[in-house]
Amino acid sequence: MNQNLAPIAGALEKLRTHRIVPFDVPGHKRGKGNPDLTAFFGQRAVEVDANSMPMLDFLGSPVGVIKEAEELAATAFGASAAFLMVGGTTSSVQAMIMFAVKRGEKILMPRNIHKSALSSLILSGAEPVYIDPSTDKNLGISLGMKLADIEAAITANTDAKAIFLNNPTYYGICSDLQSIVRLAHAHNMLVLVDEAHGTHFSFSEGLPMSAMDAGADMSAVSVHKSGGSLTQSSILLTGKGVNPSHVRQIINLTQTTSASYLLLASLDISRRHLALNGKEIFRKVIDLTTYARSEINQIGKYYAFGKEIINHDSIFDFDTTKLSVNTLKTGLAGIEVYDILRGDYEIQIEYGDIGNFLAYVSIGDEKRDIERLCSSLKDILRTRGKSPMGMMGSEYIHPQVVLTPQEAFYGEKRAMQLTDSLGEISGESVMCYPPGIPVFAPGERITKEALDYIAYAREKGCSISGTQDPDVKEVLVLK
Amino acid sequence: MELWFSEIHTQNVRLDIKLNRHLFSGQSEYQRVDIYESLEYGRILILDGFTMLTEKDEFVYHDMLSHVPMAVNPNIEKVLIIGAGDGGMVRELARYPTIKHMDMVEIDKMVVDACIEHLPQIAHALNDPRLNLYFEDGLKFVRTKQNEYDLIVVDSTDPFGPGEGLFTKEFYGNCYNAMTDAGIMVNQLGGTFYAHDILSMQRAFGKIKGAFPVAYAYQANVSTYPGGHWLFGFATKAAHPIRDAQLDKWQKFGLDTQYYNTKLHAGAFALPNHVLKLLEGGNV
Repeated sequence: MNQNLAPIAGALEKLRTHRIVPFDVPGHKRGKGNPDLTAFFGQRAVEVDANSMPMLDFLGSPVGVIKEAEELAATAFGASAAFLMVGGTTSSVQAMIMFAVKRGEKILMPRNIHKSALSSLILSGAEPVYIDPSTDKNLGISLGMKLADIEAAITANTDAKAIFLNNPTYYGICSDLQSIVRLAHAHNMLVLVDEAHGTHFSFSEGLPMSAMDAGADMSAVSVHKSGGSLTQSSILLTGKGVNPSHVRQIINLTQTTSASYLLLASLDISRRHLALNGKEIFRKVIDLTTYARSEINQIGKYYAFGKEIINHDSIFDFDTTKLSVNTLKTGLAGIEVYDILRGDYEIQIEYGDIGNFLAYVSIGDEKRDIERLCSSLKDILRTRGKSPMGMMGSEYIHPQVVLTPQEAFYGEKRAMQLTDSLGEISGESVMCYPPGIPVFAPGERITKEALDYIAYAREKGCSISGTQDPDVKEVLVLK
Repeated sequence: MELWFSEIHTQNVRLDIKLNRHLFSGQSEYQRVDIYESLEYGRILILDGFTMLTEKDEFVYHDMLSHVPMAVNPNIEKVLIIGAGDGGMVRELARYPTIKHMDMVEIDKMVVDACIEHLPQIAHALNDPRLNLYFEDGLKFVRTKQNEYDLIVVDSTDPFGPGEGLFTKEFYGNCYNAMTDAGIMVNQLGGTFYAHDILSMQRAFGKIKGAFPVAYAYQANVSTYPGGHWLFGFATKAAHPIRDAQLDKWQKFGLDTQYYNTKLHAGAFALPNHVLKLLEGGNV
């Protein structure tokens, strides 16, 4: 297929030049009806904010330019089929899970799942079987999945329908996908991969294997992250064993019928850019992050980790485009470094948690931006560094699942003080952001570990959310 | 035929200089570099469309960034110069026999090469044996130094483009770390007239005040810079720019300077009221 094409962008260009009189929505009518909007976003942007019509195709049942764009994307990503998504990678993750498991069916997954995976369990009624992603005690981060742990979980749950994985993790850690796929397929389980942080794997050399290349059945890629498309756009990829028509039905259960053509065109244009220039783009990103890692490690105390942490099991591979930095020896939590960088140095990084922070490096960065980051880290160490006493390293909370998330979420509940809730079964989830992973989820018993972690994360400046009570002082527990 | 160079000072104000001939144009990895010969100002160096110096008024800028700190501490031996690819700072500092070592860090080799060829009056001291020239990012260079320099001169472009990193908290913090206890950092802070310049000058001065216990601004008039009235930053770990100045000792160097003299030393720190207000009263 000709990856130089961008059919959706081309159709919008045609719409612009044909000067069709719009007696359809959106009501701003190419911006004319809302001059402030046009002034703010620019004429070119509002002109292509159009509605579905034959020349622009229909996202719910594509037959024209969207179909072509999806076929181009499938080829570019090495998938059998691709679905353009406008509800973020959250919608892609939810479509995967709702496709693979229904009420009462089991799905194997690591505990450090994104909240989008948890919410899809509430929607579908599936039963999660959590696998402990091993944790690196020194770095204080969750790792990939050990093959032996997966094998044990599969043996203990031969009735499970699917296995769900994060690959790569936020910090760039990859599991042995190929072996996991072989194992899962041997037991008739689908492999679903949350590849939100790995869009670039399909377009670069010297990086870990993409889910599609590893033979996974479905993968959710956040093209708006490393792929450069507009925020909220995403692509769902499927392999050859998956019926695309049924996937489309599942997607249409929750997808908007007024998909934004700004998002769709951005996916189309970004796919073209990645297919044509990806190798060069990510070579430059790897050069920048390699340089930054070396400079940050020369400062001392900070540890910008790289491929040396690979252990061929729970860290099967490492995505070197990720600039992940451990801060525990500086005496500062990752989230504290995040706050200092933003507050005092005018540098916004992607996120920080207890022991680490992540600076997102992309094609949009220049060497001099890297110099600013490295120099700021040096200055922060000099002016704010402390003795590393009392830093909590690990963040894995062992979940005790009593009910499925759906049963608990819709069950009879009462409110009580979070601090008094030890031993109760939670009816909602509590998340610390960062990293946005549930500390406990609906249907789980509230443990001392979880309560201690929430208190500590709160003290370090993480934002706590997920409960009906906006301050997360109270939690709903099952009656 | 008339040949003019227009510098955009604001959206509504520009400075036009009539040219005699074009000498050099190049696009480096970092910026566009132009050198022209003008009728009124002699040769002029332009980076990304902004006048960096002219042969006619460069002495003001170079005097004020070199002799002011040298008069506060005439014992300065080891100097770090950031930017200054035209060689003007080195030319002035090389006049002090007591300076033993100069490191100059300029990011853009094209500027140095073009100035050596076309601005020899300014660049001629770049072959001084005490000088070590590094072509790299000043922000990176200073990060690796500790307790080393008696004087750091930051001769940067404006805080947009390649010079941006030299107006940041992290840069000033790392300069503090790179300085000896008796060290002085001076830098160009920007103009006090146009709103755009004022904002970046205020932000930079605020960051210097945050990084150093002693921080002052001082002034000079550079006719080709936007608005004319220009500020410099003076920052130390302890030394006061006037009370600790050793003007008599400086006199003994016997330097013939075009702009600086010991009588204007204190005056340079005496700022007009509207400028004091811009600095939130934070001067002297």
